[in-house]
Amino acid sequence: MAQTIVIDPVTRIEGHSRITIFLDEHGEVRDAQFHVTQLRGFEKMCEGRPFSEMPALMARICGICPVSHLVASAKACDALMAVQIPTAGANLRRIVNLGQLVQSHALAFFHLAAPDFLMGMDADPAQRNIVGMLAARPELARDGVRLRQFGQQIIEWIGGKRIHPPNIVPGGMSQPLTAETRDRILDELPAALTIAERTLAWFREQTARFAEEVRHFGSFPTMFLGLVGPDGEIEHYDGRLRIISSEGAVIGDQLHPRDYQDYIGEAVEPYSYLKFPYYKPLGYPVGAYRVGPLARLNLAARCGTPKADRARAIFRQKEGVLRSSFYYHEARLIEILYGLEKIQQLLEDPATSDEHVRAFAGPNSQEGVGVSEAPRGTLIHHYKIDDDGLMVWANLIIATGHNNLAMNQSVQQVAKHFVKSQALTEGMLNRVEAVIRAYDPCLSCSTHAVGQMRLAIDLRGPDGELLDSVKRE
Amino acid sequence: METVVTLTLNGEMVSARADQTLLDVIREQKIDLPTLCHMQGLSERGGCRLCVVEVQGAPRPMAACVTPVTEGMVVRTHTPELEHQRRLVVELLLAERNHVCAVCVVNGHCDLQWAAAKLGVASVRYEYLHPDLTMDASHARFVLDHNRCILCTRCVRVCDEVEGAHTWDIAGRGIKTRVITDLSRPWGDSPSCTSCGKCVQVCPTGALFEKGATVAEMTKERDFVGWIIRGRTKREWTW
Repeated sequence: MAQTIVIDPVTRIEGHSRITIFLDEHGEVRDAQFHVTQLRGFEKMCEGRPFSEMPALMARICGICPVSHLVASAKACDALMAVQIPTAGANLRRIVNLGQLVQSHALAFFHLAAPDFLMGMDADPAQRNIVGMLAARPELARDGVRLRQFGQQIIEWIGGKRIHPPNIVPGGMSQPLTAETRDRILDELPAALTIAERTLAWFREQTARFAEEVRHFGSFPTMFLGLVGPDGEIEHYDGRLRIISSEGAVIGDQLHPRDYQDYIGEAVEPYSYLKFPYYKPLGYPVGAYRVGPLARLNLAARCGTPKADRARAIFRQKEGVLRSSFYYHEARLIEILYGLEKIQQLLEDPATSDEHVRAFAGPNSQEGVGVSEAPRGTLIHHYKIDDDGLMVWANLIIATGHNNLAMNQSVQQVAKHFVKSQALTEGMLNRVEAVIRAYDPCLSCSTHAVGQMRLAIDLRGPDGELLDSVKRE
Repeated sequence: METVVTLTLNGEMVSARADQTLLDVIREQKIDLPTLCHMQGLSERGGCRLCVVEVQGAPRPMAACVTPVTEGMVVRTHTPELEHQRRLVVELLLAERNHVCAVCVVNGHCDLQWAAAKLGVASVRYEYLHPDLTMDASHARFVLDHNRCILCTRCVRVCDEVEGAHTWDIAGRGIKTRVITDLSRPWGDSPSCTSCGKCVQVCPTGALFEKGATVAEMTKERDFVGWIIRGRTKREWTW
């Protein structure tokens, strides 16, 4: 007798979001909202726990970018201990952080975004995914898998584990770099660099076919925020914050991350669990800004590595400041190049191999802020502790949060341009997804599923009546 | 002259001294029996019930650590029923407080985690109680986390019997039971604590740990109890 096995619901998808499109009386799109419908609660659940536990605990926010949370958290703990961490410890954290950048960008580009470029926005969704890509262009899919694997291996070899690596600790690193690990990574680097260059060249060829998307995928003026080094160079681990206008004018420079509350406010909207950070001097919602690879390449003076700087120069030739969120994809590929080159530079620096990788101290300060650049943008961890070192308060601003205003604006723009009737089509749904995907949001923090996000779109008339609804489970 | 008794252990005839416990004999025979509250060199408590064995004629399973050997005893250590009971004990321990291995200082070095793994506890069938428990981080060097305490009382016994300070005690009853220092004053204010750290080392879980330790960093050194006892009783100072 035939049997049926039903798996319901299908789990292990990260991130839940919903989009509502509002129509006016003529059937034209009036407004659109991007809702994030989940609450994590890490800021609350950490209260009462020792600060030394925070990097490991906060890493659990995400399985894709745990290193970002580890780094920001460990830096906040360094501030609580009031220690200067050893150079080798800082360099190793930088390398793991860049390994994370490479693997996360590779995931976002190859596994999630590239199927749209390879198959087209209107292609059959059954084919428009990494599996379809494997059939159509196996070498491209393999490049993606290989690049991601390399990033993950760096994290494992230096961090101690691929996901939630334990070696990043308050005060530095728990293990020094071995010569064997250094040589293994250096041996494999050239192959990864070749993949990164090949992919960038391929993507640049594809971009011409997406002129309409470039024009309407979150193409609007906002400010851009990110870390820069002392000379304005791109920076992912330390440094100070810079904010530029949509024209490229520097609005704020060398802002100390410790004082983030002076210039970043957090607004709340009833329709989303994700907060809406904004630039305080301009108020809400005018003070919208974007973060992430596009912001970093828009605001930094240079990368400081030859291949990435050449790629950045070509990238920036298009326009002075790139305003379309479609450019996030190319920015991601340039950052992969940068990440690989920088890892090489750091590994070749003898200071990185020093045995002294950790500073020890108890709680010396009751408040600490740690800021780093996650793949998706500026990440802020802010902790307060009592005299015994137990957490009493935490505030986290996750990279995806900074882009919340821009993502909402982008969804409106795409909806207004592509939704012309009261019936939703697959191509339209995919473009709305694709514009969100350009930001590579981490909603839980992440909305990554193979090929498609779990997403629902509601179409509502002027009286709020539900006209149509499309769901992707 | 020592009295020798003979008993049947898992079908084998075994000789033992009459002053031995069943657990001593089982361990001598290299039979793997999990324990949590037992610690060589400390008095027995018989509290964790992981070492339960079947003794022929006894109405219920007996804790091997507190059962003296007797002549003609017939004992079985690994029946399906006993294995079931041991799993049950571990599941109840896991459900009672907040044991989150992934972010624990002794992840990978924990007696409770090892016991769960060895007994094949892949999931917990009971509803987690998620109690809202505090931590005591007032001591300069050590931290007490009630969330991870399984009330084995190893800390209480080592402090009393080996260190001689008797800082630790048990307060409350049933589910409200807690380990306390000096009549429940903060550990950091304890006048009796010598800060020797023996309690931290014998603690089977991450309930007692060194301040500043991060996930999986805390390993525990337990052999010292045996060295001290041997030195004290036999004047042999080797380790």
